[in-house]
Amino acid sequence: MSNYEAVIGLEVHVELKTHTKLFCGCSTEFGKEPNTQVCPVCLGLPGSTGVLNKKVVELAVKAGLVLNCKIGTYTWFDRKNYYYPDLPKGFQISQVFRPIAYKGYLDIDINGQNKRINITRAHIEEDPGKLIHSGGSIMTSHYSYVDYNRSGMPLIEIVSEPEIHSGEEAGAYLEKLKANLEYAGVSDVKMEQGSLRCDANVSVRPVGTTALGTKTEIKNMNSFRAVQRAIEYEVERQIEVLEDGDRVIQETRGWDENRGITLSMRNKENPDYRCFIEHELPPIELTPEWIADVKGTIPELPDARRKRLVEEHGLPDYDAGVITSSLALAEFFDAALKKYPDAKTISNWIMGELLRLLNARNMELSEAKITPDGLAALLELIEKGSISNKMGKEVFEVMFEEGKDPGQIVKEKGLSQISDEGQLSRIIDEVIAKNPKSVADFQSGKKQAVGFLVGQVMKATKGQANPGVVNAMLREKLAQ
Amino acid sequence: MIISERDVEQLAFLSRLDLTAEDKIAYTKSLNAILDYLDMLNRLDTDTVEPAAHVLPLKNILREDKLQPSLDKEQALANAPEEEEGAFKVPRIV
Repeated sequence: MSNYEAVIGLEVHVELKTHTKLFCGCSTEFGKEPNTQVCPVCLGLPGSTGVLNKKVVELAVKAGLVLNCKIGTYTWFDRKNYYYPDLPKGFQISQVFRPIAYKGYLDIDINGQNKRINITRAHIEEDPGKLIHSGGSIMTSHYSYVDYNRSGMPLIEIVSEPEIHSGEEAGAYLEKLKANLEYAGVSDVKMEQGSLRCDANVSVRPVGTTALGTKTEIKNMNSFRAVQRAIEYEVERQIEVLEDGDRVIQETRGWDENRGITLSMRNKENPDYRCFIEHELPPIELTPEWIADVKGTIPELPDARRKRLVEEHGLPDYDAGVITSSLALAEFFDAALKKYPDAKTISNWIMGELLRLLNARNMELSEAKITPDGLAALLELIEKGSISNKMGKEVFEVMFEEGKDPGQIVKEKGLSQISDEGQLSRIIDEVIAKNPKSVADFQSGKKQAVGFLVGQVMKATKGQANPGVVNAMLREKLAQ
Repeated sequence: MIISERDVEQLAFLSRLDLTAEDKIAYTKSLNAILDYLDMLNRLDTDTVEPAAHVLPLKNILREDKLQPSLDKEQALANAPEEEEGAFKVPRIV
């Protein structure tokens, strides 16, 4: 790797959060029965003409603004011509010549260093239909099925400059892009539902040179982690090709998640899209007032929120970064903080237990049953000493799964911590009586023997004794 | 000649048109005639004229984001050359 530098540009497709499609009133709802959300416009039937969805324009402007782009005040649609079964009209309506947003950037954080990734453009385009291949993959299928529910869904394609130099940077860029668009309410940005998709253009060149190497386009990555891994693999592959004295072939390669490699996909002939202006759709003129109105609807963005968590609540920057990386997490934090005003403790539980369980179960926060009020109530129980921190974690897991009130869980599981000295005194006396050797050890100066005795008390109380109280009481009794 | 017979072959391929040898000669001729005709525009001085993206004086024709009924599945699939389990069935793609 040391003699080569990777040069990566990302193309991200994001589905805009509208009720209806780009040019027709068909529903955009995900996961419906195939071909039940289609009409003459999105089926590309002859004689049909669509009308632009106003919400798409507003969301695209909003997306452009949160990507720090300039907004095109006079823009229009173009046709990109090619034949493929997912594209019933024989052309895709896109913005080739005048994108609605251009010249933007996102700042990412790499090992504490700020790095700016420039964005070339963000343009509106329609999604093609969805292909389902009978034989599992396109190569092994004698025929395929087409579902046009997705045809005509509104997308923006966000194209970065080739200024990304590693899989890690690509991951950070995607995280930032996702968070900004999610906060702005532009898209659901769910990769698993296809509302965010990413292709990567990857090339390598010897360090110190400026000419771009031959690039490959990597597709079929279905998580940010996959994007990062695919890029890392592809960079290594290209370096090996060059080191062997061969040349990198310009081609499209698919990421094979199971094998962790990229594979050449059969190449379409050099695409010639013969783009021209879509004359059936009038142009869009965006007035400064309209743009300002859209700007006024943009809420606090991740960077500002992160700064606020650090400055107003004293959170470490790292914590604030993790919590604000997802809007749901940030809202959860704010809500919990209202009920239990100890930011760092809440942050510890979110970053520890909550994220651990979400990751382990591969869940979204919205699927977990725990509420911010519930977490606050749990933290109060721990603070009062009713339960130990360790028991708290057990209770947390039940809340996460079942959403019950922590007090109720403590009762049901018989978890409450015994701090009552009268009750503990009896148990401690029994333990002392049963372990004369340890008692003798302690009294002859081996102070660490008290640890064993505390352990015995914990065992006798099934872990419910307050260990601090037990320790103090034992020392007191043994000193007599 | 701006357009060669090779260009016509390529265009025909991209447009999925099967042209005979005579067709190719005829289209090469007529496409060049059209381009020559349009080339007259290059003789005009357009330095002070804004490029026109659209010829009609229309802009911002928009609709609200409101649901409209979609077609019935049967209607949607009525013109499908082949249909299976509610989907359009197409032959091998690559």
